[in-house]
Amino acid sequence: MCQVDEEYSDQLEKRTAPTVFQKCVKCKDGTAVLIIRAGDAFCRCCFKEYFIHKFRAMLGKNRLIFPGEKVLLAISGGPASSSMLSQVQEGLSQDAPKKLRFIPGIIYIDEGGVCGMSLEERDRSIAQLESIFRATGYPFHIVRLEQVFDLPTSVLGAVPPAPQRPESGYKAAVDQFIQNDRARASCSPGEGGGERDGERDPAVWDAQVRLSRLETRDAPDGTPPPVVRHGEDLERLFSSVRTLTAKEDMLQTLRHHLLVHTARTQGYTKGFSDPRHGDVVIVRPMRDYSSKEIAFYNKMFGVPSVFVPGLDTKASDKASIQLLTESFVTKLQADFPSTVSTIYRTSEKLRAARPSQNAGSETSAKCLLCVCAVDTKAEEASAFHATLVSERLSQKRVPGGALPGTSARDDAAGQCCSSSGGEGGGGCGAGGGGCCSPTRTPTTTDLKSLLCYSCRLTVKDMTAVDFLPRYIVSEAERRSRRSRMKQEISEFLLDEEEDEETC
Amino acid sequence: MPILCSSCEKKRAVLKRPKTGHSLCKECFFWAFEEEVHQTIISARLFNPGETVGIGASGGKDSTVLAHVLKVLNERYNYGLKLLLLSVDEGITGYRDDSLETVKRNEQQYALPLTIVSYEELYGWTMDAIVKQVGLKNNCTFCGVFRRQALDRGAMMLNVDKICTGHNADDVAETVLMNVLRGDIARLRRCTAISTASEGEGVVPRCKPLKYAYEKEIVLYAYFNKLDYFSTECVYSPNAYRGHARTFLKDLESVRPSAIMDVIHSGENLSVREGVRMPVQGTCSRCGYISSQALCKACVLLEGLNRGLPRLGIGKHHRLHGKILAKEPLTQEEERKLKAVDF
Repeated sequence: MCQVDEEYSDQLEKRTAPTVFQKCVKCKDGTAVLIIRAGDAFCRCCFKEYFIHKFRAMLGKNRLIFPGEKVLLAISGGPASSSMLSQVQEGLSQDAPKKLRFIPGIIYIDEGGVCGMSLEERDRSIAQLESIFRATGYPFHIVRLEQVFDLPTSVLGAVPPAPQRPESGYKAAVDQFIQNDRARASCSPGEGGGERDGERDPAVWDAQVRLSRLETRDAPDGTPPPVVRHGEDLERLFSSVRTLTAKEDMLQTLRHHLLVHTARTQGYTKGFSDPRHGDVVIVRPMRDYSSKEIAFYNKMFGVPSVFVPGLDTKASDKASIQLLTESFVTKLQADFPSTVSTIYRTSEKLRAARPSQNAGSETSAKCLLCVCAVDTKAEEASAFHATLVSERLSQKRVPGGALPGTSARDDAAGQCCSSSGGEGGGGCGAGGGGCCSPTRTPTTTDLKSLLCYSCRLTVKDMTAVDFLPRYIVSEAERRSRRSRMKQEISEFLLDEEEDEETC
Repeated sequence: MPILCSSCEKKRAVLKRPKTGHSLCKECFFWAFEEEVHQTIISARLFNPGETVGIGASGGKDSTVLAHVLKVLNERYNYGLKLLLLSVDEGITGYRDDSLETVKRNEQQYALPLTIVSYEELYGWTMDAIVKQVGLKNNCTFCGVFRRQALDRGAMMLNVDKICTGHNADDVAETVLMNVLRGDIARLRRCTAISTASEGEGVVPRCKPLKYAYEKEIVLYAYFNKLDYFSTECVYSPNAYRGHARTFLKDLESVRPSAIMDVIHSGENLSVREGVRMPVQGTCSRCGYISSQALCKACVLLEGLNRGLPRLGIGKHHRLHGKILAKEPLTQEEERKLKAVDF
């Protein structure tokens, strides 16, 4: 392997042994109580200031959250999200300089069902979290992961965002907000987002209101957590996923769907900047912090958090790609303290490549599960195609060129029954509607053609796709029907680029 | 009960493909492996008929398999290529001299003409002499930079149209990870490209036909074909930091075998955000080779060696390029810093 220019061993700072009795590097006065990053010793006071400033600066600099917007805080009970909650409280408190001006709400998703926790254990965790949430005075929603089985298919489509605000609009919005705030000083502070709702497309708003049938719990009183209704469905789904890696990815996907749905139905516009869902933007304000900083802060300033076991609890380092990566980065960080920040800065400079122009009309398609742009329409010379070639060449060659398991390689739109039911209506005519029968359960192959590269890997690790929640299956069927329909009329369509998948 | 080959379903399978998990017989594995390289060559349009292609041959498994497969495919599909072997002798006793013996045997076995260019004739320095001056730290920088240029110089001597190297999927995935860990955006962008476009005078386009071949399958291919190759680590310090990335990649592969291809897929689908500053490619004002600085890395390293200041090319000393070009002496303070060799 060529090793051109690998002289980084000089640039990557090696760990230096900490010295005792240091003065704070910031105020040069207080006794340092902790060291974050190599050599930066802080006293208690300056650390708190630094921590709070970082949070406020992150939200302020990026101008992601407009004043008066409703922001849903996703709290898992873990140290990072608990710390986020305390930062929001801090920022919204009356005496805070550069006060935050949004309207927070909290959501907790109870995922105990995927790792075999008993209902009692789960309700105990919920009770602990509720007392933390109640203390904030913010509205909160307790949602069971099982509720994904009640989601509507609309959660898989991106809703166009509210009209883009120009950069300069942020300042104007702040001024406007302060004025409004003064004007209704005596009125109820309830409808802060009113000004914002007004400029939204009424159709979208309607659609969202119609969706609001999910059982969530938003009143801070003593009502019990929502009933678990699809316990077995969830168990079946997760036992059909063979690897922990894929389980974690599946959980992450479902969790996102629930979050976005709840945010939409409850009128939140910022969940936590991940604009993939269009109307609900996901903001991750804690990503500038190292987990060490968070742990120190929580410990020193008594931020409560709740330990809730998850899928990866007690699993070995090598049980999944997520765990493996975490332990790799953690170990490297111990020897080379700039590891995490370098990775972080590298990622900041990147984005996913734009799909190439020649790839046809499917370029704008969104992945059924993660709602990202589908990246499997890559050119012939790509890792994706090379893998398909390898698979094809390792299996029995069927006369006629149709090869099992490789139809994903063919144009997604071209897949009728040929991959599962054979040519013509013979195999699937029983449903009455020929191959377009809506009752047909999609096969793994059908489903894969609607997914991005990485979600395909997750589905590949599943023994069957029959246990997926109904909203995913129905949407998959709908998209397959649409694309078959489009295929049939393709010669009459003038505009190839017309996007129909996002509607 | 013996497992049957999943491809022909007649013969007994002798191996499980690391890449796909399928069980195959020897013949079907050879066929699949060669066809995949063929597909890579065809889909990425790596060669044109009538071209002279230099195979960078080190005597190791990758380049030995590459030479073998290219010869097979050139005949099977009438690529119309003139293939030849091109080796670089870095001058490392106990390593390169032995591996070059393997390359010389390959020359006979595959009937491909071999040319060897040496650091000594090109630069006046062998790696042994360089290590004597710079020590065991950073010597890979010298070797890597010199090798790249040496291959180009050898290729130009032979009027070669293209050079291909034995980089495999593991190497490419590992480089993606390394560039993320180092924050090297410019290289991250380039490293998954299967071939380099002609970058100007003095640079011969390069390609990696084994880019999608798993290292383990290359070893399997060489093993079952009984190919003659040399496998010893270089005697001068293997790189520790790269070792971390390599171990991580192997662990990923054991959790999910497609991980190697998955990392390459990510690399291929990344692009740099607008507004991120990138180094501008220019040419070296001394030797005309591609360089993002006034002087190319090889010239700076060589200058450092010849002046007895080995650290001149290690780290960033762009300020000094003007002085080197003007052949001016450095100040005592500057010399003192560059002389220091820490072990």
